[in-house]
Amino acid sequence: MTRDDALAIMRDVLHHVAPEADLEEVGEGESMAEALDLDSMDFLSFMIGLYERTGIEIPELDYPQLSTVEKCADYLVAHA
Amino acid sequence: MGDFRMPSLGADMESGRVTEWLVKAGDEVKRGDIVAVVETEKSTIEVEIFESGVIEAIVVPAGDEVPVGTVLARVRSGASGSPEARGPVAASSGSILPAEATPPAGRESATTAGPVVRSPVVRHLAAESGIDLATVTGTGEGGVITRHDVERALAARQPPTVRVRASPWARRVAAELGVDLSSVQGTGPRGAVTGADVHKVAVPSFRPAAAPSEPAVAAAAEPPASTGPTSDAAAKQAAMRRAIGALMARSKREIPHYYLSTNIDMRAASEWLERVNTSRSIRDRLVMPVLLLKATARAVATVPEMNGFMIDGSFEASAAVQVGVAISLRGGGVIAPAIHDTATLGLDSLMMALRDLVARARAGRLRSSEMSDPTITVTNLGDLGVDQVFGVIYPPQVALVGFGKVAERPWAENGLLGVRPTVTATLAADHRVSDGHRGGLFLSAIDHLLQTPEEL
Repeated sequence: MTRDDALAIMRDVLHHVAPEADLEEVGEGESMAEALDLDSMDFLSFMIGLYERTGIEIPELDYPQLSTVEKCADYLVAHA
Repeated sequence: MGDFRMPSLGADMESGRVTEWLVKAGDEVKRGDIVAVVETEKSTIEVEIFESGVIEAIVVPAGDEVPVGTVLARVRSGASGSPEARGPVAASSGSILPAEATPPAGRESATTAGPVVRSPVVRHLAAESGIDLATVTGTGEGGVITRHDVERALAARQPPTVRVRASPWARRVAAELGVDLSSVQGTGPRGAVTGADVHKVAVPSFRPAAAPSEPAVAAAAEPPASTGPTSDAAAKQAAMRRAIGALMARSKREIPHYYLSTNIDMRAASEWLERVNTSRSIRDRLVMPVLLLKATARAVATVPEMNGFMIDGSFEASAAVQVGVAISLRGGGVIAPAIHDTATLGLDSLMMALRDLVARARAGRLRSSEMSDPTITVTNLGDLGVDQVFGVIYPPQVALVGFGKVAERPWAENGLLGVRPTVTATLAADHRVSDGHRGGLFLSAIDHLLQTPEEL
């Protein structure tokens, strides 16, 4: 998986979780949950969506490693 | 014969707009079927019917806004056999759409030149499916075009395998969510796909990546909401604020609130949750709010006067526990639909119910029964880092429980100071029904239940 693939998947999953949220609006290093107003239920849905698209079982303890757009994309690329 | 009326979908609702009918005159309905979509100031609700029978006439056409209690449709109850042709019923109102006549089978008539259509339902069906009525041969009396004729024209135009019975609402939902309607199992009238069906497919599990050969559906799935005029959104937002303001003002005016708070040790619950989730696939994991909801619902058994309704100055305890969950809507506003039988659902079922409810609340697809019958409300603002929330009771309910953030804090026990995850639980309750002592017992029961999470 390339980084662009990862970003495309993230964009797609996010669209299902929060149709009006736009990944482009999240600044570098900014928390996605805060920038996009995702609560814990939304974030879990986002994780589940990523799992269903990539097959990567993200342990709960790793959630903080997926908090920003960059970190999330890196995580997906590294674990694909 | 019964009347299907505009339901009250919350104490703050005065009127609603029928945005779509999912049934038409002559359709058979079962208790619990979703028959219409109603828009209120706060949300779009799928309205269920509570009587089985046959829809005799649609009284309020789609698009009309009417007060709560207005008869929307007439229902002939205990239906058996096929509905016979009937004339207009109680034609005092010009908007009654009568069931159209059943066409005499196989009779052709070419006595009139232009298309003759008497039933608005037929006109509507044709318009909806893009059938030009001038091309349809009427088989009804005097060459009148019947629904059957339009449906036949529709069938002739499209291969029957492609045609999916679905309500316009379901089609819109499907387009928004990128769901292929032919993959959805319909539970509506005559197997039609309803909005709820689409949601069942779309929400709990995301659609896998579309195969390269079929990207068309997803590509066409631009949500109309995002392209809609912002003035419309602003008007909706203003209406929502008015509705919330009116309800909360009424609550503060009528309900003598009292407030309590208690700090709860969440070590056992946090450790249990972590242990359970580690061994589970991501799809089966639980979140802390599920434990909080369940503990609140079960604590009601200890102090029943927290659960029920204040009606005409007297309290009626509710045997069922339907916990309303305060859900914030993106773009502003809050709505508190109920999870049915919260106290008896297992944690896994409760988790699924919660995910489903949150998703549908945000997408504006709640059901009428969820809106009308919460017996107590829980609000959880912990995600925002809030320590405690003192809520305003939703009339006619009599209690609201609030939870703040579960976080590590200093905790003194047995003369020792340590650090543990804790949460502050608060109670806003109605002094007409209970007082501080009973309220304290209630919070203490919630605390107690959270100490043995494996038994929740």
